[in-house]
Amino acid sequence: MSVTVFVPGDSSARSVGADEVAQSIARVAAQRKQPVRIVRNGSRGMAWLEPLVEVATDASRIAYGPVAPSDVGALFDAGFLRGGDHRLRLGPTGQIDWLRKQTRLTFARVGVIDPTSLDEYAAHGGWVGLRKALAMTGVSIVDEVMQSGLRWRGGAAFPAGIKWKTVLGAVGDRKYVVCNADEGDSGTFSDRMVMEGDPFLLIEGMAIAGLALGATEGWIYLRSEYPDAERTLLTAIDEARAAGFLGDDVLGSKKRFDIRLRRGAGAYICGEETAMLESLEGKRGMVRPKPPLPAIAGLFGKPSLIHNVMTLAAVPLIVERGGAFYASFGVGRSKGTLPFQLAGNVKHGGLVELPFGVTLRTLLDEFGGGTASGRPIRAVQVGGPLGAFLPPAKFDVPLDYELFAQAGGMIGHGGIVVFDDTVDMAKMARYAMQFCAIESCGKCTPCRIGSTRGVEVIDKIRAGDRRDANVALLRDLCDTMTAASLCAMGGLTPSPVLSALDQFPEDFGLRTAART
Amino acid sequence: MTHASPSDSTTEHQLAAIDSAIERLRSLDGALLPILHAIQDELGFVPREAVPRLALALNLSQAEVHGVIGFYHDFRSVPPGRHVLKLCRAEACQAMGSDALAERLAHEHGASFGATTKDGAITLEPVYCLGNCACAPSLMLDGKTHGRVDSARLDALVEGAR
Repeated sequence: MSVTVFVPGDSSARSVGADEVAQSIARVAAQRKQPVRIVRNGSRGMAWLEPLVEVATDASRIAYGPVAPSDVGALFDAGFLRGGDHRLRLGPTGQIDWLRKQTRLTFARVGVIDPTSLDEYAAHGGWVGLRKALAMTGVSIVDEVMQSGLRWRGGAAFPAGIKWKTVLGAVGDRKYVVCNADEGDSGTFSDRMVMEGDPFLLIEGMAIAGLALGATEGWIYLRSEYPDAERTLLTAIDEARAAGFLGDDVLGSKKRFDIRLRRGAGAYICGEETAMLESLEGKRGMVRPKPPLPAIAGLFGKPSLIHNVMTLAAVPLIVERGGAFYASFGVGRSKGTLPFQLAGNVKHGGLVELPFGVTLRTLLDEFGGGTASGRPIRAVQVGGPLGAFLPPAKFDVPLDYELFAQAGGMIGHGGIVVFDDTVDMAKMARYAMQFCAIESCGKCTPCRIGSTRGVEVIDKIRAGDRRDANVALLRDLCDTMTAASLCAMGGLTPSPVLSALDQFPEDFGLRTAART
Repeated sequence: MTHASPSDSTTEHQLAAIDSAIERLRSLDGALLPILHAIQDELGFVPREAVPRLALALNLSQAEVHGVIGFYHDFRSVPPGRHVLKLCRAEACQAMGSDALAERLAHEHGASFGATTKDGAITLEPVYCLGNCACAPSLMLDGKTHGRVDSARLDALVEGAR
């Protein structure tokens, strides 16, 4: 009787040696004639413990980590296949505090199941939402999404239900469900973890949306930086189609929905929904003016529901348990949970799914455990490269879309990048402008030219060249970019720049008295 | 642009790869990116000779095709070295010392961004996030991501690629 051993196949775990650990376990098991079945699961999201190896014992799954290939012999000596004691033993996985304190709705299966096993997906509650949706009308499915309070898990955080209603009411000979899997924000990886760790969840969410809205085609726009996710998704799509969850006759309903995957090509701007549509159509990823809204005239001019992975991945549970259940989590108008991502200079980084309303301080202290370098935290950037830098004085603001925005922040995709006190915030402000210059699609002038001028002005400020006049010029430039850019790329680049300038003026050679 | 005959540098093998990608994928909706990816997956870059062929097959102008190739960071117009190393330059990796890795690549290994090392071993490219931000700093070598990269690990990866 072989013992099941889980070694994550998640690309982050692989990046720190999970493949070598899996090979080593297989080799030693063969040498010692102790048969094992190695499952390459997703990651539990405890990045500092990767590669995290789990052994299925009669009682529960026992975790060991971080495991190096050179530890494997000693693990066998310690009887880890029976959960034996060893210095890397972390106990039953589900009892690890960091995991136990989370509310994993979207990430319930990630790290638990074999990602591309249809049997395991079904055994862990998969497809219940889709089967239920097949018995519902489009209007009633949209009502559940409305009632759930779900908002896009992206920059604008617009209510998802309104988008669904618009697409439902739009007229077209063909409609699309487009999944924005161009997770380009630095410090974010929740989309990747779901695509690699529970791909059927995304497929199910897209299929429900398709059935609800009468869309027959689902397109996934996946960034090229995620080759592992591409392989996993392509396998999962094929399996789902072969099993009748996709295709011309979804589960015998006579309704058609199928999914195709397209690979991006390294352009950050293609995470902006209209630039993504252009790219899917085979063009340069240039932002389209709105209106028309993509819900009315989107991909190939047809009504299109566009959501990112996290938004679509929330849908199966909302349909299964009802919108009210989902809305019972969270605070204010920020309903449900958000998979936060702790990244950068953080001791215990990874994926923390919690209801909205938690504070940054809780995330950084209770989960993050401070910086990886052991130095004090000086700033965090929330919401990707277009998000503001926040000093510790603002860590007690609850992560609620409205309250956080009032404090000058943007939750966005929930990425939190931590910096210690060695960070040069003027350099980070320069980087924000430089990133905009590199990634601007070039369609509008404030973004295309403003970003390059921004780099130059910040260079002058840092060099002490007519500092006060150039700070005034930088503020003026940011004002123009904010007000006159076509999309959020140019419009929000001033957010990290000005937050750095306002919160950390000393890094720009200014008197700290200017702090606001 | 002229409809010149294939330049000497475009080999039979390359033309065959271009034509095969076009033939396989031209009927897709929005076929240009998938075809460009297929060509680059096969050849490591998109030869100039692909432009007129793509334009003809997809009923686009050569300027449009050229514009798409130039827009996306992924597509190369010249062959890369034997290995492609993409170092993440984004915030989370900066917070964990990726700038020092970039300097080490430049000074110890003769690798600068957008160029191939003199021995032809490594083409260094910047990348803005590999989604490995909790195991920063990260780089991707020939499609495989490596996390928690310190200078010793970087040296080993680079030497292994030489």
